[in-house]
Amino acid sequence: MSLLSVEKLTKSFGGLTAVSNVSLHIEKGELVGLIGPNGAGKTTLFNLLTGVYVPTSGNIKLDQGGKIKELGGLKPYNVTKTGLARTFQNIRLFKDLTVLDNVRIAMHMNVQYNMTAALFHPNKFFNEEDRIREEAEKLLQIFHLTGKKNEFAKNLPYGEQRHLEIARALATKPSILLLDEPAAGMNPNETAALTEIIGWIRKEFDLTVLLIEHDMSLVMKICERIYVLDYGMMIASGKPEEIRANKKVIEAYLGEDVSNA
Amino acid sequence: MRVLTKKNIMILGSILLAFAIVQLLMSIGILNSFYQITIATICINIILAVSLNLVTGFTGQFSLGHAGFMSIGAYVCAIIMMRIPSTYGFLLGVIAGAFAAAFVGVLIGIPTLRLKGDYLAIATLGMAEIIRVIFLNMEITNGAAGLNGIPRFANWLWLCFFTVATIIIINNFIRSSHGRACISIREDEIAAESMGINTTKHKVMAFALGAFFAGVAGALYASYFYFLKPDLFGFLKSIDILVIVVLGGMGSITGSVIAAILLALLTTFLQSFTAVRMIVYAAILVVIMIFRPQGLMGSKEITDLFEFRKKDDRIE
Repeated sequence: MSLLSVEKLTKSFGGLTAVSNVSLHIEKGELVGLIGPNGAGKTTLFNLLTGVYVPTSGNIKLDQGGKIKELGGLKPYNVTKTGLARTFQNIRLFKDLTVLDNVRIAMHMNVQYNMTAALFHPNKFFNEEDRIREEAEKLLQIFHLTGKKNEFAKNLPYGEQRHLEIARALATKPSILLLDEPAAGMNPNETAALTEIIGWIRKEFDLTVLLIEHDMSLVMKICERIYVLDYGMMIASGKPEEIRANKKVIEAYLGEDVSNA
Repeated sequence: MRVLTKKNIMILGSILLAFAIVQLLMSIGILNSFYQITIATICINIILAVSLNLVTGFTGQFSLGHAGFMSIGAYVCAIIMMRIPSTYGFLLGVIAGAFAAAFVGVLIGIPTLRLKGDYLAIATLGMAEIIRVIFLNMEITNGAAGLNGIPRFANWLWLCFFTVATIIIINNFIRSSHGRACISIREDEIAAESMGINTTKHKVMAFALGAFFAGVAGALYASYFYFLKPDLFGFLKSIDILVIVVLGGMGSITGSVIAAILLALLTTFLQSFTAVRMIVYAAILVVIMIFRPQGLMGSKEITDLFEFRKKDDRIE
């Protein structure tokens, strides 16, 4: 059984079927890409996987060490608790909070003290807060954000905001990381640096990664397998070189006329 | 013991000093009973504003029902004290009133906190009105005539104690992981949920904690002012509390404290100009909001201005 398997997943908004009969599987440790033209339903698929939307039909199954868990219909925070973490296409940081707090908030679900300790601050509270801070700072170091930990998230340059989103997602201790266009709006140098970081954290944190991306250089370079969505349907899947040569994919991206010409 | 830091000792020292000065001024008669009432109002308003700030300023849930929770604390405490007229009865009344308010807070919070923004404001407003009408029609609360002759046990010592305890506990909460989770809901609810935070649970938690301390404030009110009637806890009372929070700064505890003091002093000094009193009061509010729309303190705390607060610990 694959780590994550999606079976015949469909999501309709009224008359519009945004995701239609999509099946995919992700093995443990893989780095899988999800591509497709604008409006193909990539982000909708992400929102289904992370519990933001409830599927109209179909299953999302997660293998938790032999135990199969159905994710469809779970609340987003419960999906996160099963070990799926995500970033957002249009950055959703806690803008008016510091960089450090952004990461610390994501560690809340693993916090080891209860409400009473939160109200009265016994020694246990301080020990746990020290641990949270230490771990958060470790994560910030990976993304070279240590020097900016007390800045407001909104004051970071765009590229660093993207990095902070990944750091925040990692703070939930995921086994699967879902990245929604992590390189959007980045220049080639920044994209190259990001590619390196994704490769590194994947090894370091033993992660399985699913990423949506428009930047073909990033997708072709790091993804081991690629799924292609168009009009809510899965039109192709395979290794990067297969996808590059796939006629359907070229049509979807460039239009039919071009391939006929 | 990390509670005994230099900063905390200095804060404790200044609280004791302030307590002693007011106590001294009262006993030598400089602060007559007129000013003592102002001081009691200040303390009660601080508790109300700080607890509403937790809900509205920090968790971002716009509530117009705070006076409803205050009235629950007030009536529960008054009913208990009239049967057990002693200091124990008073303390029991405060605790029972606070827990009753928190309990109702949970009951009201679970259905209404699904709503956002204006809708939540209307829903909480409606809930507070329901509470008021219930008190208006109950026999034990003596309906519209209200309760008279509630024994007075709330003195400066207890007012000061409960005010300081409220500030410390709510401040502790905000500076914990649970508090950060609440603040993240204000910042971006979808992102908070994706980071594994049960947003409904934390909203209800903040709401119940806010209601708890509103209940404390109500209990102190009942015990200090002898007299209760449902009309005291109408829509306007909720607005009064909200004005303090907005004026002080949403998301600043010291802001709420400063605004509560300033507004109470303003009302007291305007007493002598009966005719123009409300006009001047309203005009001052308008001017402050024009020149400082973020409130007097914004989202900063007074301790942010001092050196002994490590920059690391900032949460807003």
